[in-house]
Amino acid sequence: MGEWALRMQGISKRFPGVHALDEVQLHVRKGTVHALMGENGAGKSTLMKCLIGMYAPDEGTIELDGRQVSIGDTHHALSLGISMIHQELSPIPQMTVAENIFLGRYPLTWYGLVDTRELNRRTAELLGRLEIPVAPERKMVELSIANTQLVEIAKAISYDAGLIVMDEPTSAITEAEVANLHRIIRSLRDRGVSIIYITHKMDEVFNVCDEITVLRDGRFVDTKPIHALTHDLLIQKMVGRTLTDMFHKEATPVGDPILEVRSYSGRRFRDVSFQVRRGEIFGVAGLMGAGRTELLETIFGVHPRSAGEIYLHGKRVEIREPADSIRHGLALLTEDRKLTGLYLNATVRDNISIANLRRYLRGPFVQFGKVAADCERMRAALRIKTPTLLQKVRNLSGGNQQKVLLSRWLLTEPEILILDEPTRGIDVGAKAEIYRLMVDLARSGKTIIMISSELPEVLGMCDRIMVMHEGAKVGELARQGATQERVLEMATGLTPIASA
Amino acid sequence: MTPTAQSPTKAAAPESAAAPAPAAARQVGERARAIFSRYGIFLIFGAMVIVASFLSPAFLTTTNIINVIRQMSIIGLIALGVTGVIVSGGIDLSSGSVVGAACVVAASLAQLPDRAFYPAIAGSPVILAIAAGCGVGILAGFVNGLFVAKTGIPPFIATLGMYTAARGAAMLYTTGRPLSHLSDAYNVIGQGDFLGVPVPILILAGMAVVTHVLYSRTKFGKYIYAIGGNEQAARVSGIDVGRYKILMYSYAGMLSGLAGLVVSSRIGSGQPGLGVGYELDAIAAAVIGGTSLSAGGIGTIPGTIVGALIIGVLNNTLDLVNVSAYWQQIIKGAIIVGAVVLDQRKNRGDR
Repeated sequence: MGEWALRMQGISKRFPGVHALDEVQLHVRKGTVHALMGENGAGKSTLMKCLIGMYAPDEGTIELDGRQVSIGDTHHALSLGISMIHQELSPIPQMTVAENIFLGRYPLTWYGLVDTRELNRRTAELLGRLEIPVAPERKMVELSIANTQLVEIAKAISYDAGLIVMDEPTSAITEAEVANLHRIIRSLRDRGVSIIYITHKMDEVFNVCDEITVLRDGRFVDTKPIHALTHDLLIQKMVGRTLTDMFHKEATPVGDPILEVRSYSGRRFRDVSFQVRRGEIFGVAGLMGAGRTELLETIFGVHPRSAGEIYLHGKRVEIREPADSIRHGLALLTEDRKLTGLYLNATVRDNISIANLRRYLRGPFVQFGKVAADCERMRAALRIKTPTLLQKVRNLSGGNQQKVLLSRWLLTEPEILILDEPTRGIDVGAKAEIYRLMVDLARSGKTIIMISSELPEVLGMCDRIMVMHEGAKVGELARQGATQERVLEMATGLTPIASA
Repeated sequence: MTPTAQSPTKAAAPESAAAPAPAAARQVGERARAIFSRYGIFLIFGAMVIVASFLSPAFLTTTNIINVIRQMSIIGLIALGVTGVIVSGGIDLSSGSVVGAACVVAASLAQLPDRAFYPAIAGSPVILAIAAGCGVGILAGFVNGLFVAKTGIPPFIATLGMYTAARGAAMLYTTGRPLSHLSDAYNVIGQGDFLGVPVPILILAGMAVVTHVLYSRTKFGKYIYAIGGNEQAARVSGIDVGRYKILMYSYAGMLSGLAGLVVSSRIGSGQPGLGVGYELDAIAAAVIGGTSLSAGGIGTIPGTIVGALIIGVLNNTLDLVNVSAYWQQIIKGAIIVGAVVLDQRKNRGDR
């Protein structure tokens, strides 16, 4: 430790109407893992884009290994030994894993064609070293999100860069894979590689990072060694205020059973039965690939089931497609906001009202006054941060995008809300607000079913937790009896327990 | 990428390689579907050939087969380039006009000196005429690529501009007149044959092989697929996206120029009005052959060749059984749309 791998000094970047970065500094020591923390919109991504040449900073200097550099484009950054794992996964779907990893650096045969055999050999060697169980010849489109992310990680490492930027590298992967990634990171660090690690997951920061730089609202807040910080202190620095308790879970009165699922089977899951009650927050935990998303999407009518029955208020209902479940008072917030939920180029107002337009019609005309009033009510209730309702959703932060989506479904006045990874990729402050909303909803008598891969969130929020493993229900845990260890044991299939 | 493609757990199934045993029966069905989705267009082509040979005894004769392929060779040549352009995420509407521009320039060099429009250059060696024709194509493609890569305007607009401009240039060059009386050597390109095989077919076959290798086995080709599949990813991987796009459009332009040589030599006259509508036929061939207009990074040369053959066989069969030319157009339209519908089904089935 001691030498600087990177010194970014006085970096400013302005976009029309926004001062994205205001004299920010980032100093990373050689051979360390440096966490870059801050809420969404704090300027982390912008700063990193300045580093890898995707943006040109308006002011400021960048020194790599003591030499001042001016980075023109990503290619230049790579040649200077800076590689990056991008937050938005960027695979080329129709190409193979190997072709993706070594994109831009294909080995050639002596007669000038791409040497596929050598390419696959190198890839297999790299993936083997990183213990990533994916075949080099597979097409990216066939991979799960988790494996896609692992491939992106492998790609960033394959450049043998001296400085690797990891932007939310664990947003889609399981605990075991996170542990493996951290093992890789430590071994890279021990070989003198410096790593800038961006994440929203506190545990990971304390687990793997040596130093932390915190940004807030485009400004530099502080850089501290990890041992000088506590969990609370860090959050305080990030949000600029104290979050006494992330999970404002209150004991809300739980009423009668409202939804009962009996022996449901479908693609990727089988024979799952459970019951949820009015006012309850019901968690569904499990590892990636446990079949949680499939189960709930099937219940909602997105995929066909192969067996099973659904009872609502004790009465058998037939759900064949999403329209049926919407009519029965269900709502589903999908896992991937951008892919299946939001219209990024449409306004906040249109995104909120699109599922309910029928309610605002007079003849063929939409009564925009009524729409605006309802949207305004939602904005206030959910505290959506947007300059106007006519702002494009693309320009909102992840947390606010999620709130927009939530508003849309709340306007349909559902009884049962299914939330699939509702806080994925959003910052601490926004998470806390989503949690607060969930409690409010439960108190007002709504039922919430939440799929989450973040154990603290499941444990903090849910009244009951159902754990799944490889498509089957392992068991249920009541809030009191649930611990992180217990859920993990069940999720990994270590201890098959009968229903608790 | 479709939403389902990214759904994590869905795709996780094959990776874990832990398919439960009772799925064996279903696997046969999935296998059949996989084969169809991979080779469907070839199967459809095979079926068409069989049907055609039943409908008309004249179909399956050597003369007729050669005739069909020769007729599709011009569109085929253009489609080879258009496939690459579409794979890269673009489109080329200028091909037909480039055919016109390339062929008048080539013809002006290949005219017999005594009755030439441009006597100073007429009667040049045929190789010069060929080079000039291809050169015009490359130039037009280069300009297309330059605008697409450097200004960021949509390829549709950039090549629409060239579509109009190249035709205008061709008209200007000959003041609207055809350039006839071309040298015998030049006319070999479109009219000659070698060992009984017409030269246009040989040119197409040669270029198809070269282009197939270029697209599927070289760095250039891989980058074109990468750019079409996810341009941003290609960029952050250090690929000079603009440069490869310019190269791609230039290559497509060259093939259009080549098609111009063939067509003018075939009719023994370089006419500025040649090639009208060819760009759409070429796009149709590529699309029928499985090139995706909606998602970049998808498309193959064998597919495109079969796509062009399907159009050729269709026209030929309908001719042989005396279906009116008007009906032929309607049927062709239906086939183009049908092929894409089928293709989308297939892609959905894959996932």
